[in-house]
Amino acid sequence: MSLIPARARSSFSRFFAMLMKEFIQLRRDRVTLATMISVPLMQLFLFGYAINTTPRDLPTAVLLQENTDVGRSILAALRNTAFFDIRQVATSEAEVDSLLRAGSVLFVIEIPAGFERALRRGETPAMLVAADATDPVAAASALGALEGVVQSALSRDRVTTVAAPVQPAFEIRQHRRFNPAGASQLNIVPGLLGTILTMTMLIFTALSVTREVERGTMESLLAMPIRPLEIMLGKIAPYVAVGFLQAALIVTAGVFAFGVPVVGNLALLAALSTLFIAANLSIGYTFSTLAQNQLQAVQMAMMFFLPNILLSGFMFPFAGMPVWAQWIGECLPLTHFIRIARGVMLKGADMMDLQRDAMWLAGLMLIAMTIAVRRFRQTLD
Amino acid sequence: MRERAPDIVIDVAGLTKSFGARMVVKNLTLQVRRGQIYGFLGPNGSGKTTTIRMLCGLLTPDSGTGTCLGYDIRTQSQLIKRRVGYMTQRFSLYQDLSIRENLEFVARVFGIADPRKAASEAIARLGLSGREDQLAGELSGGWKQRLALGACILPQPDLLLLDEPTAGVDPKARRDFWNEIHALAGEGLTVLVSTHYMDEAERCHEIAYIAYGELLAHGPVEAVVRSAGLQTWRVEGEDLHVLAQALMKLPGVEMVAPFGASLHVGGRDHAALEAAIAPWRADPRYVWRADEPSLEDVFIDLMGRAKDNFP
Ligand SMILES: Nc1ncnc2c1ncn2[C@@H]1O[C@H](COP(=O)(O)OP(=O)(O)OP(=O)(O)O)[C@@H](O)[C@H]1O
Ligand SMILES: [Mg+2]
Repeated sequence: MSLIPARARSSFSRFFAMLMKEFIQLRRDRVTLATMISVPLMQLFLFGYAINTTPRDLPTAVLLQENTDVGRSILAALRNTAFFDIRQVATSEAEVDSLLRAGSVLFVIEIPAGFERALRRGETPAMLVAADATDPVAAASALGALEGVVQSALSRDRVTTVAAPVQPAFEIRQHRRFNPAGASQLNIVPGLLGTILTMTMLIFTALSVTREVERGTMESLLAMPIRPLEIMLGKIAPYVAVGFLQAALIVTAGVFAFGVPVVGNLALLAALSTLFIAANLSIGYTFSTLAQNQLQAVQMAMMFFLPNILLSGFMFPFAGMPVWAQWIGECLPLTHFIRIARGVMLKGADMMDLQRDAMWLAGLMLIAMTIAVRRFRQTLD
Repeated sequence: MRERAPDIVIDVAGLTKSFGARMVVKNLTLQVRRGQIYGFLGPNGSGKTTTIRMLCGLLTPDSGTGTCLGYDIRTQSQLIKRRVGYMTQRFSLYQDLSIRENLEFVARVFGIADPRKAASEAIARLGLSGREDQLAGELSGGWKQRLALGACILPQPDLLLLDEPTAGVDPKARRDFWNEIHALAGEGLTVLVSTHYMDEAERCHEIAYIAYGELLAHGPVEAVVRSAGLQTWRVEGEDLHVLAQALMKLPGVEMVAPFGASLHVGGRDHAALEAAIAPWRADPRYVWRADEPSLEDVFIDLMGRAKDNFP
């Protein structure tokens, strides 16, 4: 009567039974549901607002050793940027020292006596900067910002129209493509999307098999004619929808709260995010089939989560890692997803650009699923 | 059209299972005919649950062979699972699913065409109409058992494996449960049921008694009692516990068990037993009566002997 063979139909029926059951259980688990919505948003806003490597309002003191046009215009420029918060204009070395020691400023910019004269002679005088380097990230990025501020102040003053351009004593600032302002949120939000999804997806499925074992329901389940593949797909599928919802929430918040653009195709981002979600769910499920109890499963998920964070290019630039670490990184889904998310959101990458990363994700997912189906214990031995 | 179950539904020989170094089921041979209610008895930890799990493919026997519904228990467990309803000793349906949702889940897993209708019918049959949206975890013990049985018979299996289905259930619910089981057996279903209750054992067509993993007796209840060859006496009188202490040490006395205001004394060597109790039979404080051994007497005796042999 039907075109679909009976075997496939009954297999689908069993998968559907599992899927419905998981959906109902999920719906009834209010705490998990609330966590699923609140945790990603909380993390996003925490990371997005609090962890911000672009300097803003760094408490700064200026030690102005000469009262010249150049000095005043640099000071005005510093006051005009959002990077620095000029707390005090000091006149003595001892004064700024104590400010720095007390921690009331993190930065001291010193314009030495004779700065303007030396500049006009083309002598490239040094502007001294003392930074509280206990926060090296803030210090380094503030130094970078300072250079730009001073340079534009000087060129406005036409001081640098003299033959030699000013070469301040700090390193040359890098040209920042795709993020001209160097705003770290732009980089962080796509990374966060991946990180949050990795963590929540891993935990969801890491518990799924062990929970049935611990609650004793596994004995009934195994006595029924349902196969490991059907159990796995039925347990993963509802969470793909949940993960998709989370991803949509994070992207929406990223766009509206942090002004992160989606330069590329949103549908492509959605499709590849779904693949990434499924890959992580499969890995979490694999842990669930290997672990003896829920605690072990959570520990395995955490052990897997750590290298994802450290070696994926989320925390540290991928290109700067040693080769062996890059190889490990390649085997982690987050690495590929960060490339995908940054690519689509910031650079407008298309499927052609991302096919390698998409293949990696699909490959990792299939490997995890194969292990899970093979390792699933069909008996209570 | 459903396949007819073979006449011997469970046919296993030499089943053995160890957990680590402990042999939990030893060389067990069992045959259960179609339409029978087969009682499975034995003390705690004797291997009943383990045996049942081997029958439905949840545990792999270390050695031994056999068939269940004509399918090999080692290689065809997928086929066995489709036609067996297994009710676990511990409630193992989903506590956070309602009665209806649990039943629909089972119906879908077994590929029943209309799961909603099948669940509704089961609910009506169980007398659970009106409570179908209650969560399974909120049901009382007795209703949980009913639900579990309902879930087992919903896919219309040919064999029911019930592991202590009435533990902790009140007498009325227990009687209803057994009436239901007899009705099902009347329809041609085969039932293997483990229990600790003697009255339930007596409602089975045949029983098997297992202790420390070994099958010690099997057959219809009367045959098991008869073949034990136990002679029993019932004593009434004062200070029976003192008498019990004294009797227990004597040769020929294999079983001493208090029953209310009387004492059951038994042994298989009739001459030795009578010689042992002779001094007390003359004692006017005690009234002695020859008695038919009960099933329980036989089990206590079997268990005592099995323990003596247990290394
Ligand atoms: N998975 C297992 N691993 C190790 N030992 C086990 C396992 N399952 C059962 N046992 C042991 O095997 C023995 C027999 O257990 P089983 O559950 O079969 O007994 P039972 O006859 O069902 O007992 P009860 O009447 O208490 O239900 C017990 O001593 C138990 O501790
Ligand atoms: Mg048991």
